[in-house]
Amino acid sequence: MDVSVRNIRKEFDRYPALNDVSLDIRSGELIALLGPSGSGKTTLLRLIAGLEQPTLGSIFFGAEDASHKSVQERHVGFVFQHYALFRHMTLADNIAFGLTVRARHERPPKAEIRRRVDELLDMVHLSGLGKRYPNQLSGGQRQRVALARAMAIEPRVLLLDEPFGALDAKVRKELRRWLREFHDRTGHTTVFVTHDQEEALELADRVVVMSQGRIEQVGSSDDVYDRPNSPFVFSFIGDSASLPVTVAEGGIRFQGEAIGIAPGPDDVAVGEGTLFFRPQDVVLVTDPAVPALEGRVATSRRLAGTRIADIDIGTPERPHHVEIEIPLDANAANGAAIRFRPTRWKLFGA
Amino acid sequence: MTTPAAVSVRWRLRQPSVIPGFGLTLGFSLAYLTLIILIPLAGLVWRSASLSGAEFLAILTDPRTLHALKVSFGTAFVAALINVVFGVVVAWAIVRYTFPGRRIVDAIVDLPFALPTAVAGIALAALYAPNGWIGVLLGYAGIKAAFNPTGIVIALVFIGLPFVVRTVQPVMEEIDREVEEAAATLGANRFQTVFRVLLPGLAPAILTGFALAFARGVGEYGSVIFIAGNIPYVSEIAPLLIVVRLEEFNYAAATAIASIMLALAFLMLLVINLIQAWSRRRYSHGA
Amino acid sequence: MAHETRRFRSPTTEAPLARYALMALAFLFLALFLILPLAAVFIEAFRKGVGAFLAAFGDPDTLAAIRLTLLVAVIAVPLNLVFGVAAAWAIAKFEFKGKAFLTTLIDLPFSVSPVISGLVYVLLFGSASVLGPWLKSHGIEILFAVPGIVLATIFVTFPFVARELIPLMQEQGTGDEEAALSLGASGWQTFRYVTLPNIRWGLLYGVLLCNARAMGEFGAVSVVSGRIRGLTNTMPLHVEILYNEYNFVAAFAVASLLAGLALVTLVVKTLLELRYGAEIAAGRKH
Repeated sequence: MDVSVRNIRKEFDRYPALNDVSLDIRSGELIALLGPSGSGKTTLLRLIAGLEQPTLGSIFFGAEDASHKSVQERHVGFVFQHYALFRHMTLADNIAFGLTVRARHERPPKAEIRRRVDELLDMVHLSGLGKRYPNQLSGGQRQRVALARAMAIEPRVLLLDEPFGALDAKVRKELRRWLREFHDRTGHTTVFVTHDQEEALELADRVVVMSQGRIEQVGSSDDVYDRPNSPFVFSFIGDSASLPVTVAEGGIRFQGEAIGIAPGPDDVAVGEGTLFFRPQDVVLVTDPAVPALEGRVATSRRLAGTRIADIDIGTPERPHHVEIEIPLDANAANGAAIRFRPTRWKLFGA
Repeated sequence: MTTPAAVSVRWRLRQPSVIPGFGLTLGFSLAYLTLIILIPLAGLVWRSASLSGAEFLAILTDPRTLHALKVSFGTAFVAALINVVFGVVVAWAIVRYTFPGRRIVDAIVDLPFALPTAVAGIALAALYAPNGWIGVLLGYAGIKAAFNPTGIVIALVFIGLPFVVRTVQPVMEEIDREVEEAAATLGANRFQTVFRVLLPGLAPAILTGFALAFARGVGEYGSVIFIAGNIPYVSEIAPLLIVVRLEEFNYAAATAIASIMLALAFLMLLVINLIQAWSRRRYSHGA
Repeated sequence: MAHETRRFRSPTTEAPLARYALMALAFLFLALFLILPLAAVFIEAFRKGVGAFLAAFGDPDTLAAIRLTLLVAVIAVPLNLVFGVAAAWAIAKFEFKGKAFLTTLIDLPFSVSPVISGLVYVLLFGSASVLGPWLKSHGIEILFAVPGIVLATIFVTFPFVARELIPLMQEQGTGDEEAALSLGASGWQTFRYVTLPNIRWGLLYGVLLCNARAMGEFGAVSVVSGRIRGLTNTMPLHVEILYNEYNFVAAFAVASLLAGLALVTLVVKTLLELRYGAEIAAGRKH
């Protein structure tokens, strides 16, 4: 089922949580809404579900305008960060709930319900635990039950709100892998919200990077990592370093000095801007005649097979600070002079 | 030289703590309780023990006693039931809705707690007597609400309301909105969500509130005796019968009836504790 | 592309019709069962005008009843206050065996009929009891005299302060006190400067409630007092006497004083929560 969000604006007491957001979600894809808190990602998810109503704009499920429909009518599966299981019901009753509340003429016979519940328990690897109660399960198990419960109604779209946020790191990793497998097996359109970029990049077919109520970029993991289209996306995804620069005489200059690189085809052509690059995309320049960024090592630390150096750069009146990766054999003593230039970068206008 | 192992094996009366005053406060509390409660209760127990089994049974099966007990327990049960229904509604309105004067309504619920029982008693009697404001209105409908068990139920509803509301209210406040939203996403309409998801979760608190209101209603005296009419075999409550027997210097009977009521009170306390333990086991470590 | 908001209903609330119906139901119930009786007290008290109202307090027996009620409260409430603080301290700051038993004991008066609360003292001190003759021979009057009334009142009202303080202090834990002690404070200093400020609102409300109940206690006192006019009548008992004599205005006049006290208790509680609500909530979730 395609989902189309068109020009959505959502205000809470005049405060715009979402400002003119549009997004097309393709049927069957696993898409992540990624952003820091306050970016509006959870609000967007809840609007799709029908748990909130947009101030402006509309939401389409397929060709149908679902904006007026109640949450019950939208037939979505929603999984909450804290599971929201019904504590007084067994797992089986929890999973069957969506089927048992249906109107008589739509409700499957009891035997059919039981069969589906068992099938779903198998799918989430909790076979035979139907008679247990939620408080007898671990967090990871409860989340799997929540997922099974949402799947029981055969939803058009599956929506997950920070589904692994309440779990510890190891369980989170396991469930991530498991969710991807699950999605591949069932093929449901799935939208999940997360603030953890590792999770988004690992799991999703496409990532929607959001900030302050707007969509910054939509693309595959490679797209947002290698070809970020804004300073926010560049600095939010992966590690980054940035410096204010000017473009003059065909070259990029930092505090007036050439640093050995020139703007690329899609960089801003002249004037002031900010240079973004990743710590691992630098090379040391040993030849003193070649222009490069110059600085001194403030501190450094060892990280697996490489070293991260904290470099002080710039004049004392306008000091700057970047982190770069340097080879293990380079001189990284505190105070050592270092010259380097980025091998890959992006230049954004001021 | 004591080995660490020997010290830790010793049975602990209490866990050690740096905070001072344990002996003082516990000692004082126990002394106070002993003086005020335990010794007098012991007197009661001793007194009822001095009755032989046959005497005891005779008092209990005396028709007037039986009837008084039936009136007390029957009216308390009905009143507690009424309070459960309306108490839940009142608590829901206070917790879930905003309206002008919500705080005042919240405070008023405590009125039966703070108002002296005799004051409530004469006020209710004045209202529901055949010539009282409401008594007259009910009279047109042919209903008599004073000097009979109905009047007693009305008084006990007044008395027991805060017990239900104050027990249910905190649990309602803790209801997880996400659970409601989950039910809605699964297709449940509001009615189904409330009756199949929310109320069952409130069941332990509702049961506890019922038990508390019931226990309180059984022993209530001051607010009942004015409106009840106190007609033996019709609207005489057990506490009143105790007073009557006392005034007759029939200490044996008074003691026997009191013992029954105490035993039943302990039973209620036990039931309440069991309900809470059960619910803690079933529902804790919330989903 | 604006959408009508009237069709949207949050999944966590009822349809407007249901909401109004429930609110109306709640209001009607409260008005009928709670507010009406309260109003009746004052209306009946002033039924024959302010003059008759005031005249009720000219009666010496009434004044004696008021004095006795105040006397009993002045003795019972402070004692119960000390007990409440001590018991809450022991229960909240320490772990020991038998704690549950202690808490149950404290809750006892709530489950016991007030008549039985009075009865136990009659059995203990009455002429037919073990202590009775001994007391008589020494000229000590407990029953049908002030001491008996005080005892019975203490029995019925001692849980109030404790029940307010125990959950409060339990939630606050021992962290603050341990910090104070580690900084060199003595036990009393810790209590005065650390614990007391933390519990003051719970304490105030517990005392108010305790006082309201102490002055209004009827059943237990009725059994032990003997109802000797002018001597062993408290206000609630006096109300009963006046009512049974068909002296309605006087009965309701005295009752209105007690009702006024109840109202003051409730108002103070509401004000406390309004002004210090945040503080109280913060004090709870220490």
